[in-house]
Amino acid sequence: MNARRKTVIAALSALALALTACGGSGGSTSNSGSSSKAEFNAAMNKVFNASDKKGGTIKYADESAPDSVDPGDTYYGSQWDMIRNWGRSLTMFKVAPGDASNELVGDLADGLGKASDNAKTWTYKLRSGLKYEDGTPITSKDVKYAVERSTAKEVHPDGPAYFDTMLNWPAGWKGAYLSKGMNTDSAITTPDDLTIVFHLKAPFAGFDYLAMTPQTIPVPQAKDTGAKYKEHVISSGPYKFDSYQDAKGYVLVRNDQWDQSTDANRKALPDRIEMSMNVNAEDIDNRIIAGDLDVAVTGVGVTPATQTRVLSDPNLKARADNPTLGRFQYVSINPTVKPFDNIECRKAVMYGMDKTAYQTAYGGEFAGGELASNLMPPVIPGQQKFNMYETPDSKGDEAKAKDALTKCGFPNGFSTNITFRTERPKEKAAAEAFQQSLAKIGIKLTPKGFPRKDYFSTYAGNPPYVVKNNLGLVVNSWGADWNDGFGFLSQIVDSRVIRDTGGSSNTSVRIPEVDKLLDQASVELDKSKREALWVEIDKKVMEQAVIYPGLWAKTLMVRGQNLTNVFVNDQYGMYDYLSLGKP
Amino acid sequence: MIAYIIRRLLAAAGTLFVVSVLTFGIFYMFPRLAGATPETLASRYVGRSATAETVKATANALGFYDPVTVQYWHWAKGIFVGADYNLGTGVEHCPAPCLGYSFISRTPVWPDLLDRFPVTLSLAIGASVLWLAGGLAVGVLSALRRGTVLDRTAMMVALAGVSMPIFWTGLMALSFFSYRWGLFPGGGSYVAFTENPIRWAYALMLPWITLAFLFSAQYARLTRAGMLETMNEDFIRTARAKGLVERDVVVKHGLRAALTPILTIFGLDFGLLIGGAVLTENVFSLNGLGKYAVIGISDQDMPKIMGVTLVAAFFIVLSNLVVDLLYAFVDPRVRLK
Amino acid sequence: MSFLEVKDLRVHFPTDDGLVKSVDGLSFHLDRGKTLGIVGESGSGKSVTSLSIMGLHKAGTARISGEIFLDGQELVGATPDEVRALRGKRMAMIFQDPLSAMHPFYTVGHQIIEAYRVHNQVSKQVARKHAIEMLDRVGIPQPDRRVDAYPHQFSGGMRQRAMIAMALSCDPDLLIADEPTTALDVTVQAQILDLIRDLQREFNSAVIIITHDLGVVAELADDIQVMYAGRAIEYGTAEDIFDRPQHPYTWGLLGSMPRIDQERTERLIPIKGTPPSLINVPSGCAFHPRCNYASLTGGASESEVPELLDIGDGHRVACHLTAEQRRKSWETDIKPKL
Repeated sequence: MNARRKTVIAALSALALALTACGGSGGSTSNSGSSSKAEFNAAMNKVFNASDKKGGTIKYADESAPDSVDPGDTYYGSQWDMIRNWGRSLTMFKVAPGDASNELVGDLADGLGKASDNAKTWTYKLRSGLKYEDGTPITSKDVKYAVERSTAKEVHPDGPAYFDTMLNWPAGWKGAYLSKGMNTDSAITTPDDLTIVFHLKAPFAGFDYLAMTPQTIPVPQAKDTGAKYKEHVISSGPYKFDSYQDAKGYVLVRNDQWDQSTDANRKALPDRIEMSMNVNAEDIDNRIIAGDLDVAVTGVGVTPATQTRVLSDPNLKARADNPTLGRFQYVSINPTVKPFDNIECRKAVMYGMDKTAYQTAYGGEFAGGELASNLMPPVIPGQQKFNMYETPDSKGDEAKAKDALTKCGFPNGFSTNITFRTERPKEKAAAEAFQQSLAKIGIKLTPKGFPRKDYFSTYAGNPPYVVKNNLGLVVNSWGADWNDGFGFLSQIVDSRVIRDTGGSSNTSVRIPEVDKLLDQASVELDKSKREALWVEIDKKVMEQAVIYPGLWAKTLMVRGQNLTNVFVNDQYGMYDYLSLGKP
Repeated sequence: MIAYIIRRLLAAAGTLFVVSVLTFGIFYMFPRLAGATPETLASRYVGRSATAETVKATANALGFYDPVTVQYWHWAKGIFVGADYNLGTGVEHCPAPCLGYSFISRTPVWPDLLDRFPVTLSLAIGASVLWLAGGLAVGVLSALRRGTVLDRTAMMVALAGVSMPIFWTGLMALSFFSYRWGLFPGGGSYVAFTENPIRWAYALMLPWITLAFLFSAQYARLTRAGMLETMNEDFIRTARAKGLVERDVVVKHGLRAALTPILTIFGLDFGLLIGGAVLTENVFSLNGLGKYAVIGISDQDMPKIMGVTLVAAFFIVLSNLVVDLLYAFVDPRVRLK
Repeated sequence: MSFLEVKDLRVHFPTDDGLVKSVDGLSFHLDRGKTLGIVGESGSGKSVTSLSIMGLHKAGTARISGEIFLDGQELVGATPDEVRALRGKRMAMIFQDPLSAMHPFYTVGHQIIEAYRVHNQVSKQVARKHAIEMLDRVGIPQPDRRVDAYPHQFSGGMRQRAMIAMALSCDPDLLIADEPTTALDVTVQAQILDLIRDLQREFNSAVIIITHDLGVVAELADDIQVMYAGRAIEYGTAEDIFDRPQHPYTWGLLGSMPRIDQERTERLIPIKGTPPSLINVPSGCAFHPRCNYASLTGGASESEVPELLDIGDGHRVACHLTAEQRRKSWETDIKPKL
């Protein structure tokens, strides 16, 4: 694609981002718009093929298997999207296209939480009359139990650890199974059957986001079978499990105990939902295109082979959507590795790298992502786009880079290593792109691959290992647990998450002012003030040149042929699985 | 003959033992060579956000602090008497034969293997019948009409069949025959034989044909080569000299003799297919042993991989044994007296 | 007409290197109850001749012309099916190596039964009985047990006997034995040859023995035909050939044959030179490049193909030397050394 088109697209993207940024603080842009005309991105920011017709079976397929259908044991974005079909958490994101979904509303609870004690205590009131699939009533004790069991990491290893670390658990608390019978009122109290109160160790303004996680989906203690609970999860949502076969699939049918009048967010249109797991990825693409399948549930986008087909065939392109996700592809520049201790050497990387090559390595503008110039992607409310290291066409500026090298004392460049995860060919390609680009200014990079499972615990995320092995650059990637500044930034710019024993995604950011700002923002109850703080943090990190921003990821997805109410839910970066129906 | 069989069975058991030791050793050794510790190994099972305590507890529960011989002994013992694993909510019993317990999916491995075995077996049996029939027929005809257009075309098609990767032919077959023309059910539509034999065969038809295409090409070439060699043997001339019709000469005397090495190879291929139909099962989304191996590998779930490896090894050893015995049965010169 | 009449048989094989003239104008005849020995080096065309009679050349590989009459029925122009019906039934062949000539996977009994049932509509039991009888007839001990044995379980001599049993199971009128004893020990050789002679007397069959070994034909043959480069160069009774050989090639064969009844004083006299190419057959007399007496013919050996001419009493020779020249050479050079 020629330079002019790229500039136009970049300009349009910038414009679009600016518009999004403007509309981010509370006000909602058009989300009630819908259309039935099939065209590219018809399901972005609007509902495609709106309908209220009930009935039919929706067929999903997964090229692998989800981490778990057990609400206490899951971290996959696609699963958080799907689980709302059989589980209601305390709060949830509003079900709507565009940034209207940034708003949290009550689901199991009748509204958002009430903060008290300077945001150290949060109280929720459950709706009345809610029942499980077997008719037993849902109480606040069930929510308490659900949170307790989610901290039992030996049984439920997946799932976030926010509750584990933030709630004020009693001393010696080892989770609901190993510490059975222990009094946990210091962390959670249930004054009555419809009220639940959370007690935190430290104030936290964003607790409503934690209440949104599946770990607050109620679990009846009497029916909890620990690791086996996933074989029959007791539903609190509009659908219940008709069958479940591990690694093979499951079938959901209507839960007649779910009351529509208590639930403004769910339409529950299909009668039946079928999920097949471990289906060949290319086969999934072919079947969706042919109409044999409705949804590719993982939402990672079509396979590279299909991408070319979709983009070049106008009929297929009209069925495609290309959302930008809350996922950030970047490279950590480690100041603990010489000569990156000098900011000018880090700036040399910021100026020297050809960002378009980064984009190509990840699959181009449709399947790879938008060129990023700062940390927060456009879907984060309050995000502002800025560029401190402008280069012509984002291709790098050799002159400025060489200038920076001279300033940091290495006019002819230096050598260091760049790491990537061996199972991720795109990361390898990105590492090689860096190698080629920076070679032009004299920085010699040696790409080093490490296994995914131990990448952060043992290698690139392990500070002593990094220093000892000269890992100057780390190809990195981060997706927020939810689209807000805290969810996005805390794990990648907070210096206190860096442990000497390794394990964190943050390998390079150790800025005291940033830590202070993070603490400030985490207790700031005023939304717009909070959002301004995130932007300040973004700027400070970029000033220090410890992160090279690469891309804000995009995926290319194809809509199923016979579906209604298709729209991309910005919170999950894929189609909303609660709203789909059959024509 | 009985003594021979018994000796071979003992040898087979010995081989399986060696395979299990080697596999266990590899899975034990390699991570440690790459610098892993019991904690980093255990961290695989505890998810993203585990504390150091949880990791240590898991490492202990999984026996990662034990020496390798003890770990192997525990595992091997489990095959005969079952094993118990201590999890948070209680003790998981893994009944005999316990080929391992997957901590990632929280189930013993054996029932999964048992559940998936019929799928792979169905695939192997159907495909092998097709490829034998097809390969032999084409091979014999090509040999008899050596050098003709038929022969050259057949061998070229065979070469193409061997060269085209199954993940391509499979996807193309699905794309055209299943989705575009709707002649066959698509991927992932397996139905057990005991449930509905007609649908079972119908759903497996495309995988059978695709897999058979790949193998029959090989067997056609093998048969052709074997037949060309055999038809030059003296006993063929004798058969003709006796006045036999040419068809009997080709089949009863020629093919009969050429077949034995092909049967050997067939036995081995069949055994390998049981543990190794990975690509086919993946392309057609069949939930068999090959797919299970892939799941195990992508999850780095050692018990699953061990389980499949042992089953695969068992079948290869078994098929070797059967082939040896069959050979003695078929070729009287080999029989031990 | 004789039982077997071969008239001007030519068998040519087109190959990439040229036309191989394996048999190039061969005529002979044979009566029932008589044995003909065909002698010659490898490549002389003796096996090709027998295969032509049996119709065992692969269709399309050989160009056969001439005539072969078996009991009045012409074979060269007959259809393959017609000839096949005769194979095993009226004419049979046994081969040099019985181990490779029999199918290794079937019992000897099965193979004999098969041979019998091709031409006789009988039950398996009847055929089996017949097979046992045949095995007995060829002198195999415990035939009722050996009938279920495999070829590799027999000794060399027994195997050849079994093959003979198989060939004769349908009582053919013509038996062609192609190098039947070459693969056997000397002691066993004699037994086999005796067997063939006994069976011939019993069944009154015509027998052709093909061999390169003159000792074999000395035992068995009534008449002997010496072949060279696809043609008969001498023909006569056994006595004619051994006592009064006429062709220099025959002299060479006799001279190169170790004899047990002579003193071991002289060295064996090999025939100089190598067997001729069948694609570029030497002009004139095919033997002339290797003949010590070609110079005596005044150039005729190089230019004219000698005809097979009768020199008296049915003894024929194809040679340009005059009778006198031959007699002199025989008396002075050859006979003293034999």
